[in-house]
Amino acid sequence: MKKDLTPKERMAIERVKMPEQDPGRRIGNFEEVNRGLTEELAMREAQRCLLCKSRPCVAGCPVRVRIPEFIAALAVGDLPEAARILLADNTLPAVCGRVCPQETQCEQICVRGAKGDPVAIGYLERFVADWALAHPDKLHGEERPSPTGHKVSIVGSGPAGLTMAGELARKGHAVTLFEALHDTGGVLRYGIPEFRLPKRIVDIEVERLKDLGVEIECNVVVGKTVALDELREEFDAVFIGNGAGLPVMLNIDGENLKGVYSANEYLTRVNLMAAWRDDMPTPIIRGKRVAVIGGGNTAMDAVRTSRRLGAERSIILYRRTEKEMPARIEESHHAKEEGIEFILLAAPLEILGDENGWVKGLLCQRMELGEPDASGRRRPVPIEDDTFVLEVDVVVNAIGTRANPLLTATAPELKLNKWGNIETDENGATNLPGVFAGGDIVRGGATVILAMGDGKSGSKRIGDYLGGEKATYPTRPA
Amino acid sequence: MFEVLQNVTLAPNVHRMVIRAPRIAKARQPGQFVIIHPEAGGERIPLTIGDADPQAGTITLFIQAVGTSTLKIANTPVGGSLRDIAGPLGKATEIDIWGRIACVGGGLGTAVLYPLAKALADAGNEVTTIIGGRSKPFIILADELSAFSDTVLIATEDGSLGRKGFVTHALQELIDDPDKRPAAVFAIGPVPMMRAVAELTRPYGIKTIVSLNPIMIDGTGMCGGCRVKVGDETKFACVDGPEFDGHLVDFGLLIDRLSMYRETEAKILSELPEELREKITKVKR
Repeated sequence: MKKDLTPKERMAIERVKMPEQDPGRRIGNFEEVNRGLTEELAMREAQRCLLCKSRPCVAGCPVRVRIPEFIAALAVGDLPEAARILLADNTLPAVCGRVCPQETQCEQICVRGAKGDPVAIGYLERFVADWALAHPDKLHGEERPSPTGHKVSIVGSGPAGLTMAGELARKGHAVTLFEALHDTGGVLRYGIPEFRLPKRIVDIEVERLKDLGVEIECNVVVGKTVALDELREEFDAVFIGNGAGLPVMLNIDGENLKGVYSANEYLTRVNLMAAWRDDMPTPIIRGKRVAVIGGGNTAMDAVRTSRRLGAERSIILYRRTEKEMPARIEESHHAKEEGIEFILLAAPLEILGDENGWVKGLLCQRMELGEPDASGRRRPVPIEDDTFVLEVDVVVNAIGTRANPLLTATAPELKLNKWGNIETDENGATNLPGVFAGGDIVRGGATVILAMGDGKSGSKRIGDYLGGEKATYPTRPA
Repeated sequence: MFEVLQNVTLAPNVHRMVIRAPRIAKARQPGQFVIIHPEAGGERIPLTIGDADPQAGTITLFIQAVGTSTLKIANTPVGGSLRDIAGPLGKATEIDIWGRIACVGGGLGTAVLYPLAKALADAGNEVTTIIGGRSKPFIILADELSAFSDTVLIATEDGSLGRKGFVTHALQELIDDPDKRPAAVFAIGPVPMMRAVAELTRPYGIKTIVSLNPIMIDGTGMCGGCRVKVGDETKFACVDGPEFDGHLVDFGLLIDRLSMYRETEAKILSELPEELREKITKVKR
């Protein structure tokens, strides 16, 4: 293969299409939709990168992956080198390559996007990460750093906690990770479905952390099993990354009917507890007509899950238009291919029940867009006397999550904002010496990659703290 | 893994198990519960912590085998282990000094009641305990409860032990006797029993605390599956409870929501080997 392509030759290559499982087939299974690129497709796509000097993509990445470098190595077929670069910058590349909203990050500002399609950075990241998972023997060995003698505990094994654990372990700190559920991964395990992120990927990424010496203890609910103060006594620093695990309720009539789920419950039953498998005891109501309320990635995950559980009609009900939907474009695109109906500019008014307490319908209000609100999106306004009823037997509420107060309620000295999220400085330091936080417990419901970004930037701050700054703090809060 | 150190059968399909769980033993307060996930791929089962020994690092659980998962837990032999136990979860019982109180337990609820009654007695309350069950073999912990109760009254439906009838009959007599009327009632047992107790005490304005057992998954407030209506508010039993004011609980909704997976449960039960199925249905009504 010719190694030195001219810019013109690079410009002439068309953006690769991700091989996908056929929509008609995939609604009958939970296997991954995106099949991944072949080596040939990946190398060709890598050659589309102009290796420009300005490198805007790197600044667009919350964990600052050296994107042009790994792509350049891939373009010439040096996979061990591409993997070395990627793994050094990103603790969970096989996860990010699947669930990151690249279209609003690295790919949005790719120079090639100005005239045509940007480089498919996400697909390439996934390809290199999957290659690395499949060829551990061909990877450049990681040197185990000498131990620093510092002990750090991490609360929550979701994307923020896992990233933090990897970064700190690579610096030689002794890391203990506490997880409340019986398995690791947080939202990667209980929230994101198998068809978008196979759980074996999470398993392998977690194993890699264990190989780095990270201790993981499940079934520890910090705030209940152990108090934050106990961790502060036992460890030199604590990082809180316990997520935004509290569903926002609809607060409409009929919410307690049988057949109404929060997205957290619905997805946890299916993902963590494997209710989709016939050989598992976990029950779930498999509706024939399912309405999912919300327009984010969680709503898409829930509605596409309902289809795979056998729903004949699966509906997204969203109060604004598709333009304002927070879901990744790929998710809503995949949902439509799978026959999901989108009912836009409509909001739930009441869940209707039958005489036995089961859901039988959803009374909805038509909306129109008014003036922009604080988020800059146009505010949905009800259209008077314009309501309709959807006949459904399962309703899933995916309007959002808030900070779970389980830990913070038992640590009254920890400073929170008015929504109950932990307040930190830009590097993740809380008001308590030696206590850091990141991910959704700080941001509210955000994304996997932003949580990972917090884990990465926070690890530098913790490193500084352990490296000397700690000495200037009292060992216990005044 | 959590090692089983003792496993004693107290009544048909009711076991008392002592399990090594040092972190939970240290943190636990009366009224709190754990969630057990006995093996990979199993259900998550909430169970009240009966007792704990922080020095020995052990907790005591009472469990009734009513389905495949509880059967699996109850039949774990000494030396065997359970994959996951998370806790202690939920709010601890508010231990106040009421003076004279009545603690009412029905079936396995008596085991849930035990730590709470003990804590209330230790705090200086004068405790009358009323325990009920279908027949003699289903009356559990009578001796243990006598150790700190001023009186233990027993009611069985067939009269094979104690008086014939329901716990509510015994409670009504206490209320009717001005020298014995309780200032507060703690009732734990099957939902219909708790509802009957709450309805009995309501006209007298006697504070009545009940402990609820809705369907639950994570036990940390994450899923909202355990929501119950208390007064005008929706509460999550796992983090706001499990104990609530019995006069405010919507028991009808609780019973209804508990029936959500009846079909699935029946299907799973029907697929069990016959000897296991018999074992379970024998104690189920």
